[in-house]
Amino acid sequence: MKSRMILFVLAFVVWALLNWIPDWQHLVVGVFVAALVAYLTGDMFVQRPHLFKHVERYLWFLYYIPIFIWEMLKANIDVAYRVAHPSLPIKPGIVKVKTSLKSDTGLTFLANSITLTPGTLSVDIDREKGYIYVHWIDVKDKDVKGATERIAYRFERILTRIFE
Amino acid sequence: MINVIHIIGFIFISIGLAFDVFGCLGLLRLPDVYNRLQAATKCITLGTCSILFGMLLIVGFTAAGIKAILCIIFLLLTSPVAAHALARAAHKSGVKLCESSVIDKYEEDGN
Repeated sequence: MKSRMILFVLAFVVWALLNWIPDWQHLVVGVFVAALVAYLTGDMFVQRPHLFKHVERYLWFLYYIPIFIWEMLKANIDVAYRVAHPSLPIKPGIVKVKTSLKSDTGLTFLANSITLTPGTLSVDIDREKGYIYVHWIDVKDKDVKGATERIAYRFERILTRIFE
Repeated sequence: MINVIHIIGFIFISIGLAFDVFGCLGLLRLPDVYNRLQAATKCITLGTCSILFGMLLIVGFTAAGIKAILCIIFLLLTSPVAAHALARAAHKSGVKLCESSVIDKYEEDGN
């Protein structure tokens, strides 16, 4: 039920933003649409609604955003350099990264962050053993431990505080 | 003041276009599907987000500007997932890594 409420509020906000500037006709239709969406898919949206009450999680999320944007900028400059370089300096391979995150949302965010940061693209997740397979455009460390430290550690330490 | 914001907006749009060009260049130059996905996902996500952000600065918080913010959020959430799904599907259907690859742990683990 709580999960449905959260989804209802989110869907309604997105609806209101899509129909900017909102007037009352749009908002009334929006209530019905958001209610329908929440009724149909609400139970899949959030597994642990009580986590939404913790304020420090939102603060960590705010702290995570600038780090993420900075890493993304570095990633783009890195790719632009490799692509524009005449001799194409790549050394690709798929490495394994260990993760301690367990929740769906946490794993999704970690995999997305890995994909959007320098030289790495997550290929698959093995949830039972806690491994993420990562395609790395410039393999610096074939070892699981070393790769984890270079790729996942900087995000994992923040994401653990947000989603676990 | 408005002019300054407009100029900053155009700078963002130019940066975005430049990154999009590099993304397309990567799509053409890199050797296999995984490397190409890397260039496509990273450069085109940030490039397009940058263009949308530049547009938001120019038009302000109007109907189009708000939609630009929503597009940025959805693009950031969905584009890596799409790349992940494509890479996984490619590997499962037997696309090999290119010649110069040094390691494939995914293959070694029997997937």
